[in-house]
Amino acid sequence: MLKTITTIAAGAVAAMLISGAAFAQDTIKIGYAISKSGPNAAGAAITTLPNYKLWIHDINAAGGLKLGDKRVPVEVVEYDDQSSNEELIKDVERLVNVDKVDILLSPWGTGMNLAVGPTFAKYGYPHMAATAATDHAYEMAQRWPNSFWMLGTSTMGANALVEVLTKLQKAGKINNKIAMVSVADAFGIELSTASRPAFKKAGFDLVMDQSYPITTEDFGQLINQAKSSGADSFVAFSYPPDTFGLSGTAVATGYNPPVFYTAVGTAFSIYRDAILHDNVDGVLGIGGVNTDDPKYKDYAKRHMDVTGQAPDYWASPITYASLEILQQAIERVGKIDRPAIIKEIQTGSFDTVAGTIKFDKNVNTHVWWAGQWQNGEFHGLAPSTMEGAVEPVAPKPAWKAAK
Amino acid sequence: MIVIDIIISGLILGGMYAMVAMGLTLQYGVSRIMNLAYGEILVAGAFAAYWLYAAHAISPLIGLIIIVPLAFAVNWLIYTVLLTPLVRRAKNREVLEGDSILFTFGLLFVLQGIGLAVFGSQYYSAGYLRFPVDVLGLAVPANRLVAAIVAVIIGGALYFSLTRTRMGMAVRAVAVDPRAARLVAIDVNRLSALAFAAGGALCAAAGALVAMFQTFSVSGGVVFTMKALVIVIMGGVGNLGGTLVAALILGMTEVIVGRLIDPGLTLAANFVIFLAILLVRPAGIFGRAA
Repeated sequence: MLKTITTIAAGAVAAMLISGAAFAQDTIKIGYAISKSGPNAAGAAITTLPNYKLWIHDINAAGGLKLGDKRVPVEVVEYDDQSSNEELIKDVERLVNVDKVDILLSPWGTGMNLAVGPTFAKYGYPHMAATAATDHAYEMAQRWPNSFWMLGTSTMGANALVEVLTKLQKAGKINNKIAMVSVADAFGIELSTASRPAFKKAGFDLVMDQSYPITTEDFGQLINQAKSSGADSFVAFSYPPDTFGLSGTAVATGYNPPVFYTAVGTAFSIYRDAILHDNVDGVLGIGGVNTDDPKYKDYAKRHMDVTGQAPDYWASPITYASLEILQQAIERVGKIDRPAIIKEIQTGSFDTVAGTIKFDKNVNTHVWWAGQWQNGEFHGLAPSTMEGAVEPVAPKPAWKAAK
Repeated sequence: MIVIDIIISGLILGGMYAMVAMGLTLQYGVSRIMNLAYGEILVAGAFAAYWLYAAHAISPLIGLIIIVPLAFAVNWLIYTVLLTPLVRRAKNREVLEGDSILFTFGLLFVLQGIGLAVFGSQYYSAGYLRFPVDVLGLAVPANRLVAAIVAVIIGGALYFSLTRTRMGMAVRAVAVDPRAARLVAIDVNRLSALAFAAGGALCAAAGALVAMFQTFSVSGGVVFTMKALVIVIMGGVGNLGGTLVAALILGMTEVIVGRLIDPGLTLAANFVIFLAILLVRPAGIFGRAA
């Protein structure tokens, strides 16, 4: 019965969305399918959608994309993939074959971008995977030369975290025990798999290593177990709903490890504004930005002005950078010639809000992987080779009790 | 230590599940409305509590005084205006169940759509009473503990009014056999509307309590609907005692499996128990075979 219900629902939603599309000549048609409902919707609504909105706004404010010596306005076709890989692929097929879009934008999340890779490749559209963190990045880029992996690989993520923890341990701030939990989804599996050997190599002892299903809502047991594990570092490779759940539970149960690290969602502004409030300082997380970079500041202000919400401190600027790259490549080519655009992205160098980006075999290696909330902002810590890296602070101050 | 941990955590989780499922027991057990929009009403209650707390600094517990009567009125209207035609048309309970599934399935999207338009698909958290309380040496989140205690009070009040009052007896009579209830001059339609509205009010109250400790989003309703359905069917449709027992069993199982075996297996363990109970007792733990 449930299957029928989902099918009916899918039909209804698709029908509602199709009616919104308009058709006209002399425009560039941009299409994307993204999670507007289901478990991925929160991440998409924070990191990806506002950047798409901002970018389209910026282009149309400038009179359109510059093709040769004329400016061509863009129009948008949008579908809701309902956080389902099957829906996503169907939607992208429809965007290409029915709506005949000129350019496709990518969905949100590691799993979704991996799932849709073959479809983008089949039709030869450039695929700017701005929110995918995977160790298969190089392999995928080789298999699908049209795909570009903006967040690097999960091993880079693991190494950056180890770099921070090693620094703290050498300074005598933490012991060598780590309690790790991870979400049983592409992202959590990628990061925990990459981290196990990295922790071991750096001399850390993984005293707790537990995965949990993506639908988990009660985190009390995981937190209690971590509490009794004796580890000074709590590491969670979590997705936004669980990041919020784990953090809220840690505050509510008074679990105060010197290092408290949660992954996706920690760098969201709402993590500070809606979840932890004045308890946010000291929390470590995935991502980071150079908050002093004037380019980031300007971008954050425009993001706020146009979309009414603040960008996150990780994949937001990267997502916008992926769009800038796409735009610069299209304008350099001067027409919608997708093979030429892909070639330009592979070989060119691009000036973006996330710095100058030149792909290394279709993978962007210039990414923040570990950050920390300090004085109400999420600063990049590692890799420390990044410009603007700050020093980690530990132990995290104890949680203050809410009213 | 770990035993106390499991027992306390299991009781708190089970108590919460009972709170979430109680409203559906009334709606499905008495009014025979298989309400697929149940979770959406619950989420609406959560958002109401969040809004009162964030915008007006009214604590979710005080907020219940506003949310419960409001939810009662809204659900009463839903039943009398929108569902009564279905009830009139239905030849028997099976037809009504089928029709109400289709209707509430549509209602689910209307409510979700309104929610998405107003609040978007982001996550919200009220973060109320977020500090630990020591219970037998275990640090228990105060918000969960308070929510569980309020759930016990509400559940107790409901149990009392169903078993010790005249109206409660009438409601139980409708649950068991609406035709026979008519024969003893019980106004079945009025009581059904009342039970549906009371179920909706309990549901929204559960939402307000959930908002105290859990992050929630507009699209999260279906999880609550599923959980409530499993509990109601497991306990025996229309049997409040059964609902409470089933909720505690589920809560305990989740905690035991999550803590001692693997958190990834909690859902599987739930359904194994659900299946096992339905195999042995097809009408639920306390259900009477039709």
